Amino acid sequence: MARNREGLVLLLDVGPSMHKVLPEVQKICSMLIQKKLIYRKFDEVGIVIFGAEDTDNELTIEVGGYEHVVVLRNIKVVDGDIVEALQELPRGTVAGDYLDAVVGMDMLIKKYQLTNKGKKRICLITDAQNPIKDPYKGTKDDQVSTIAVQMAAHGVRMETIIVRGRLGEDIDQRIVDENDHLLHLFSEKTSAKTVYVESPTSLLGALRTRDISPVTIFRGDLEISPKLKIKVWVYKKTSEEKFPTLKKYSDKAPPTDKYATHEVKVDYEYKSVEDPSKVIPPNQRIKGYRYGPQVVPISSVEWDAFKFKPEKSVKLLGFTNASNILRHYYMKDVNIFIAEPGNARAAIAVSALARAMKELNKVAIVRCVWRQGQGSVVLGVLTPNLSEKDKTPDSFCFNVLPFAEDVREFQFPSFSNFPASWQPSEQEQQAADNLVMMLDLAPPGKEEALLPEFTPNPILERFYHHLELKSKQPDAAVPPLDRTLKKITEPDPQLFSESKSVIEALCKSFEVKENPKLKKSTRRLLQEKPSGSDDEGGYGDTSNALAIKSDESQLLAKADKIGDLTPVQDFEAMMSRRDNPDWVAKAIKDMENKICNMVENCKGGDNYCKALECLVALRKGCILEQEPKQFNDFLHHLFRLCQEKKLGNFWEFLASKELTLISTSEAIDSEVTEDEAKNFLVKKLPKLE
Amino acid sequence: MELNPDDIFKDDEDDSDSEFYQQRESSKEFVVYLVDASPKMFSTTCPGEDQKNETHFHIAVSCIAQSLKTQIINRSYDEVAICFFNTREKRNLQDVNGVFVYNVVEREYLDRPTARLIKDFDCIEESFMKDIGCQYGILSGSRENSLYNALWVAQALLRKGSSRTARTTILLFTNEDDPFGSIKGAAKADMTRTTLQRAKDAQDLGISIELLPLGRPDQEFNVSLFYAQLIGLEDDDAAQFMPSAGQKLEDMKDQLRKQMFAKRIVRRITLLIANGLSIELNTYALIRPTTPGAIMWLDSVTNRPLKTERSFICADTGALMHEPTKLSQSYKNENIIFSVEELSEIKRVSTGHLRLLGFKPLSCLKDYHNLRPSTFVFPSDKEVVGSTRIFIALHRSMLRLNRFAVAYCGSSFHPRLVALVAQDEIINAGGQVEPPGMYMIYLPYTDDVRLIEEFHSESNVRVPRATDDHIKKAADLIKRTYLKDFSVCQFANPALQRHYAMLQALALEEEEIPDTIDETLPDEEGMARLGVVKAIEEFKLSVYGDKYDEESNSVGNGKANEASKKRKAAAENAANESANYDWADLADNGQLKDLTVAELKLYLTAHNLPVSGKKEALISRILTHMGK
Repeated sequence: MARNREGLVLLLDVGPSMHKVLPEVQKICSMLIQKKLIYRKFDEVGIVIFGAEDTDNELTIEVGGYEHVVVLRNIKVVDGDIVEALQELPRGTVAGDYLDAVVGMDMLIKKYQLTNKGKKRICLITDAQNPIKDPYKGTKDDQVSTIAVQMAAHGVRMETIIVRGRLGEDIDQRIVDENDHLLHLFSEKTSAKTVYVESPTSLLGALRTRDISPVTIFRGDLEISPKLKIKVWVYKKTSEEKFPTLKKYSDKAPPTDKYATHEVKVDYEYKSVEDPSKVIPPNQRIKGYRYGPQVVPISSVEWDAFKFKPEKSVKLLGFTNASNILRHYYMKDVNIFIAEPGNARAAIAVSALARAMKELNKVAIVRCVWRQGQGSVVLGVLTPNLSEKDKTPDSFCFNVLPFAEDVREFQFPSFSNFPASWQPSEQEQQAADNLVMMLDLAPPGKEEALLPEFTPNPILERFYHHLELKSKQPDAAVPPLDRTLKKITEPDPQLFSESKSVIEALCKSFEVKENPKLKKSTRRLLQEKPSGSDDEGGYGDTSNALAIKSDESQLLAKADKIGDLTPVQDFEAMMSRRDNPDWVAKAIKDMENKICNMVENCKGGDNYCKALECLVALRKGCILEQEPKQFNDFLHHLFRLCQEKKLGNFWEFLASKELTLISTSEAIDSEVTEDEAKNFLVKKLPKLE
Repeated sequence: MELNPDDIFKDDEDDSDSEFYQQRESSKEFVVYLVDASPKMFSTTCPGEDQKNETHFHIAVSCIAQSLKTQIINRSYDEVAICFFNTREKRNLQDVNGVFVYNVVEREYLDRPTARLIKDFDCIEESFMKDIGCQYGILSGSRENSLYNALWVAQALLRKGSSRTARTTILLFTNEDDPFGSIKGAAKADMTRTTLQRAKDAQDLGISIELLPLGRPDQEFNVSLFYAQLIGLEDDDAAQFMPSAGQKLEDMKDQLRKQMFAKRIVRRITLLIANGLSIELNTYALIRPTTPGAIMWLDSVTNRPLKTERSFICADTGALMHEPTKLSQSYKNENIIFSVEELSEIKRVSTGHLRLLGFKPLSCLKDYHNLRPSTFVFPSDKEVVGSTRIFIALHRSMLRLNRFAVAYCGSSFHPRLVALVAQDEIINAGGQVEPPGMYMIYLPYTDDVRLIEEFHSESNVRVPRATDDHIKKAADLIKRTYLKDFSVCQFANPALQRHYAMLQALALEEEEIPDTIDETLPDEEGMARLGVVKAIEEFKLSVYGDKYDEESNSVGNGKANEASKKRKAAAENAANESANYDWADLADNGQLKDLTVAELKLYLTAHNLPVSGKKEALISRILTHMGK
């Protein structure tokens, strides 16, 4: 284990220009450490920040200089302390100088000397907008080269993430260009990688948090013909990162038992159907497969004797037009074929074939048996994967293709056979064209949004976030999805507001309405409820119908308290429950508590918006239910709370949103006049300040 | 559904399958094959495979045999009946003339296909004349109407399934385009009328009647004479319906196969476009890996199925418990506990719908942006009127502008970022090859993509790159080994075919397991053609020079060869050592068990046998090897 451990130094720019993205930097880095805590417990990590207010590092003591560089944590085995340190990065006060990377390198070299080859890594996150200091002697280029040579000699890899995208805010293009040039020098001289990100979302995806050493699934010949074999290695190119497998937990052990494992053993017993008390021992079991109504037993001996036994090989069947292989035929995760490392001839052969295929727009069909003893063959397509960088080789992407048995050829009506009322008119077509053009995620000259390589998995991010919260407070509620991550699951409001006119035109051109003939119970498609259900029972299918039932009962069950995630929806659901008049009172009470909680517990402004949303919903609900006093009393209560807890800025926030008491004009029962209502917030402001 | 912890951790591959199974059981399909057995079916031939002439009867019967074999594996819950008309003998519940319902023992007329049915039906042609016989059933002067009778019998058979629980279909094979041609005058009109009425009655009961007409090059099947009315074709459709005269036999079989697969909706989803504009879509699983089917455990003594019981035992107290609703993850040396509800809450990051996020040019969708089989989506106006119109407009725009949509699919099973790629309809002579619609392609996230290319790059080394000459030679090679008519899924899965052949043989208690052909092997003959060999040699010379043979022997033998050398040395050593023992003697005297495992392994290594397992296993392996 320890032999494989990685030594990593996070080198983080905390200068003023970085402040805006620091929340994301904190998240991505803590995610990295959290995953290490689970999957690579023996890795060692250190944190260095630059652009900081203070100075605290060994080099400044030894040789002087290196100001505003703080070693936040020395290199040590990953633990919760590192996660915590990362979650509260100090905000720096001076512009950062990334060449202070040397400090990180120095730490790594001092700690490991020449050991740990290939497992020493520096990860630099900066915006590279500020000039670096001139060296004492020589040029900046020389300085970078010296450092790079040192790094290469010690086998330190460097990964740089440069945050861009806020250009135009008085940034000196000259400095940016110079920095780009210098950082490019690094990647030329050492094994360094530089990526540029523009949006916070892609920053979250820029640092790979899961370090997996790739393993080949095949090493051997790519047989073009029996006379020509090219040595290749095959790796997985994509592989889905699964949700972690959690252990079943037993709480049966008495709480006093300190050594309880809390594990659950799962036992399988095979019993005869006729006589459930009879347990059949393993050696009396035989595997059977269905064949029509019959079940055919096959012993493992028969199975081994007759099963399909192909020889390990990768053989070319031939080339075909790329247009013959439609994109949706790809069946599985993707493999990559690279020439055997160190074999120059094979590399040329692969490169020649790949480039010729690209030129002619052809793809290769291959038949693969990865391992000896594998019981099946895989038919797949090789597509050229040309490299633009000098250092990375040309390769092939391999995708599995379906067999005849795998394709279900259903017939669908041609669009042209649909009635005229279903055909879009020219003007409608125009509206659709505009939408497809304008709602552009990859506008020229800008970063491609939601590029898979830079998009984190929102569900896993949320899980690890929750895990960390739970490690501190076992009953922590599931945190809401981070705003940056929401850009993955929901449309980017900025993009949609930029294309507002196009969207409105589309909505105007097209009209949808619920089918009036359908019964009410089945009409749920148009409602946008985050129910998490997507099975709309169809065709009287019993299993689906059951699913709906359970979904609905869940919805109802959910609406008996106000959760953390969707308080507004929960509140509305509770208010509209008619099975018991007490629900309204309970909903209002719960909502009030929720709002107080939010206001009291918030540190940043994030919760303010949420609290406001809740307050607005509460206000609306109270007007609807003719309970103005409830709301007005609560607002007074909230005001006192703000006074006590010195939360003046929340109060200001409310005033700015013009949230007032409920006046007589809105609800007859109210004892507050319109003027009083309006002045309530404003009047008391001065006292608070 | 949400609360089952198994669902949460279930491999998604499983659930798409199980979904499919569920659907399969709930919506069955009942089919009656109605085969014309008139002498004309036997006398008319058309060129078949291998240029041999085949009778129409043979074509019809082999089509059915083929589809039965597919069906027993794919959809064995569907029920079939095979019914001949224009026969000499009669066998049917209605006791009408000229109709013979074919069946085997232990099976109702309309029932699930069994191994016995398939086996016997395979050789029906041998016994047909003797047992069933053929005879024109519609003759002038008689009031008999075998077609009418056949439809009646078929309809009666299908009465078993109400239209609500099953789809019912009659598939009619005939080569007689004018069944009442031999009859004149009022009798003809009368027979035509009653037969059409019979067909209409059946259709009114929800039975669909499909015609599989058999024509031949010089004599086309004229559907408009009679059958267009029977199956309810409009004038325009009739022209389209008739496969052209020169159409191949394969298309015919294909057509049958296509019809055998009933469309099943996986689920219905809503695509939220913007500003509350949302449309209704149905999703279909058009491409999914087929597996040999679930394993069932049997009692090897009685061959009766076994029931699996799962029990949960608390490791601390040993107490039996219910399925735990809490799960733990070890983190910072602690067990962090999650409830099943919390986990499903975590996974619910979005509403259960498809949310449009924007569009990108198709070039942004790389070949390695793939994780699992795609899902097909097709619009539906069933609940949201207007969906299809918007879908068609977007579909056209995306095709024309070469763009795909990016959306977030928030389904509870595998919430993921997806690409929606528009696919235009493709039609060839045999019918629809690709339906129009969009495919949902599941995109990877950053941690799902591995940077293999960079993994091997050394800091200062440029990788070798092909020169123009290399590329030119490679292009020649590619042109030479071009697969002209390649289409995806033209190959059957050899492993699966082997498995089915084995099942069939065992189920029918056949002596031998028939050989299956591995269609996926390269075309050795084609590769040995002069032009191909020459192109390969030239490419080889250009890339490898004259060192190809050296390379293939010497390169890449660093580690592997060392390991194999070691192994060889060990084997030699073992052989020497093991020569010191008198193995036969030891075995005879039962003294093998007195030796150490290391000693036993000497024998095994020397004879190139596996050395794994416990001591008893080693001994028994030695004994087997010595033939004792």
